[in-house]
Amino acid sequence: MSATDLGVVGKEVPGRGEPPRDQRLVRRRNPWRWLPIAPATVLLLLFLAGPIAYCAYIAFTDMQLTGQASASFVGFDNFTKAFGDENFRNSVVLTLVFTLISSILGQNTLGLTLASLMARSTKAIRSITGAVVICAWVLPEIVAGFLLYTFFSKEGTLNEILAWLHLPSQNWLFTLPIMAVSFANVWRGTAFSMLVYSAALSEIPKEVTESAEVDGAGPWKRLWHITLPMIRRSIGTNLMLNTLQTLSVFGLIWAMTRGGPGNRSQTLPIFMYDQAFNKSLIGYGTAVALLLLVVGALFSVVYLRLMREEV
Amino acid sequence: MPVRRTSPLVLSIAAVLAAGTLTACGGGTGSDPNTIKIAFPKDTDNKVTVRDNYVKDMAKEFEKKNKGKKVKIIPIQASAQDYVTKLQQMMRSPKTAPDLVYEDTFLINSDIKSGYLRPLDDYIGKWGDWKQFDATAKTAAKAQDGKIYGVPDGTDTRALWFNKKIFKKAGLPEDWKPKTWDDVLKAARTVKKKVPDKIPLNVFTGKAVAEAAAMQGFEMLLYGTGKDPLYDPGSKKWVKGSQGFKDSLNFVETVYGEGLGPEVDQALSPTMQTKVVTDLLPKEKLAIALDGSWLGQQWIKTGGSPWPEWDETMGMAPMPTQNGEAPGEVSMSGGWTWSIPQKSKNPDLAWKMIQHMQSQKNAVEWCVRGAQIAVRKDVAADPKYLNSMPGIKFFTKRVEHTEYRPTLPVYPQVSTAITEAMEGVTTGDASVGEAAKSYDAQLESITNGAVIKK
Repeated sequence: MSATDLGVVGKEVPGRGEPPRDQRLVRRRNPWRWLPIAPATVLLLLFLAGPIAYCAYIAFTDMQLTGQASASFVGFDNFTKAFGDENFRNSVVLTLVFTLISSILGQNTLGLTLASLMARSTKAIRSITGAVVICAWVLPEIVAGFLLYTFFSKEGTLNEILAWLHLPSQNWLFTLPIMAVSFANVWRGTAFSMLVYSAALSEIPKEVTESAEVDGAGPWKRLWHITLPMIRRSIGTNLMLNTLQTLSVFGLIWAMTRGGPGNRSQTLPIFMYDQAFNKSLIGYGTAVALLLLVVGALFSVVYLRLMREEV
Repeated sequence: MPVRRTSPLVLSIAAVLAAGTLTACGGGTGSDPNTIKIAFPKDTDNKVTVRDNYVKDMAKEFEKKNKGKKVKIIPIQASAQDYVTKLQQMMRSPKTAPDLVYEDTFLINSDIKSGYLRPLDDYIGKWGDWKQFDATAKTAAKAQDGKIYGVPDGTDTRALWFNKKIFKKAGLPEDWKPKTWDDVLKAARTVKKKVPDKIPLNVFTGKAVAEAAAMQGFEMLLYGTGKDPLYDPGSKKWVKGSQGFKDSLNFVETVYGEGLGPEVDQALSPTMQTKVVTDLLPKEKLAIALDGSWLGQQWIKTGGSPWPEWDETMGMAPMPTQNGEAPGEVSMSGGWTWSIPQKSKNPDLAWKMIQHMQSQKNAVEWCVRGAQIAVRKDVAADPKYLNSMPGIKFFTKRVEHTEYRPTLPVYPQVSTAITEAMEGVTTGDASVGEAAKSYDAQLESITNGAVIKK
């Protein structure tokens, strides 16, 4: 996902002085209005819809990387197989745990906290904190994966620190792999939430908070009754983008644990890779990818509902 | 903002994520009739360049001998499993297919069935040197259709390597020759007790080292429990629910459960195979290794971790059968072959390169450098080969009682299922019974029910 997705965030800012909705629609109803976006649409269809359609087709075949000459249509077999597969169910659970801990609780909350702390601090501190957090985000996923591998590994930085504090060390990647990769994802992805919330918080008019303060509302009350409702849309957008990104995290987990030991950190993308490329079952792997897409769509629907509710 | 209008955006984001994870782009180069592309695995340890150097030298000679021809070498640095995947993806398309590939014999039949490889019978028919290859080697790359799809450049055998110095400290005999699995475990327990800072025994396990775990680890045990323990050639069915399978898993569980093996996280790391040969053994941290005949290639002067004293330090013993059943020892053999992909654009030139690498002189060179067990009679009789390395006679002798894997098209998948069962008992996530049951279930699905209970 690229930074251009931030464009979505801009739309959430409550507009002032916009013309009423129906009036806007009337004004734009010109058949030529499609022309400027036609090339982009064609490209999207070609390079996005094309591969997706092909994937959807493969998911209904028994295509393999090796071991058989041609693929044949098998209907819903791959999907039935997935639901009967203990390892698939294990991966679904782990994916949900990973998403909940690292995206919904971790990145989202930490991002909001950082953003609100930064909003109140001096410019120097703001820039330094911002720079540090964004550094983690700018790093390629695989690099971040290796960095965190060295942090969590048995002879890694974390255990060094624990030893220095006279605390018992742990083999984190072995005993708590899903927690380790979740933490890694928080470390890497918080910057995105922080940026989203910084933008959202700066849009809250000062007068509103000030008058609440004058009326005697404490910090928690202000947060709960003023800040959160006013940035509700940003929360929704941020949660949605974060979740979708987290669902597809592959390189980070691959570099740190390869889904192991056993299947203890095998989230859906890793499971899919394992089936498609280690076991050569391309058809089955693709079916799992489609199911992953469904999980993503379900999350999206939930968040969209969240955003639609009136304050 | 009306919500419904956001939905397509959401769906496309979700779709991009899903699609992005599955579609990988491959950059293909156009093909030039005067250039052959050779793909082979490069070791995960950058210091280990035995094969790279050999192929490079061969390429240079080939270019000199054939003016105007070029050899482009494609070393693939990856774990064993990733090499396989990468190679298969390359061979799928004419744009990326190399002209010559180096394949493990366990793969050859599944890749033949997929139509990735080209039969070489026409070439071999006109090749005088083929009669030098011994009979088993000739069938190494023979498909079920009776055609030959690859030229083997060596084979291998497996046995127990042990460190005599550590054995001495532990009070174990330096001419150790275990008769049963229990003898092996007993020795490991003694090392653990008497020399506690060393790792007593390494048995490869888990998904990350893939075929090394299945072959050097599991099958070296399994084939010591009885006849045809993996596949029953009589009924042409795969064996499920056997006691031998459980016993072998039990051995693995004992090694890791009792702390006789390396730390579990180390054992399950993809670089373990390299680590054993370049670090644990030469730095004398490991007492016994169940491993292959090729280890010496890393320790000779031109190897990745030269270790001049290895000859005096390392002893070798045949791997015993479970309870010492006849013939008293077990070994597995495999080896690699040079094959020409179906979609290669320059098969004739590729064949010329195979001939070049398999000239008597170059074959000796490879067997010496790569610590291979010779598959050609003229190489096996060559004094340069016979005197190339301590231990070569020991490992050549194992050929007598060696076993070959059922290299049928589904074998690579069966092998993966074996490594999963091993990983389960190694981490303690599954009991022996659970792991064996899960293997049986997978086996049925992989082979479409062609299983027999033994």
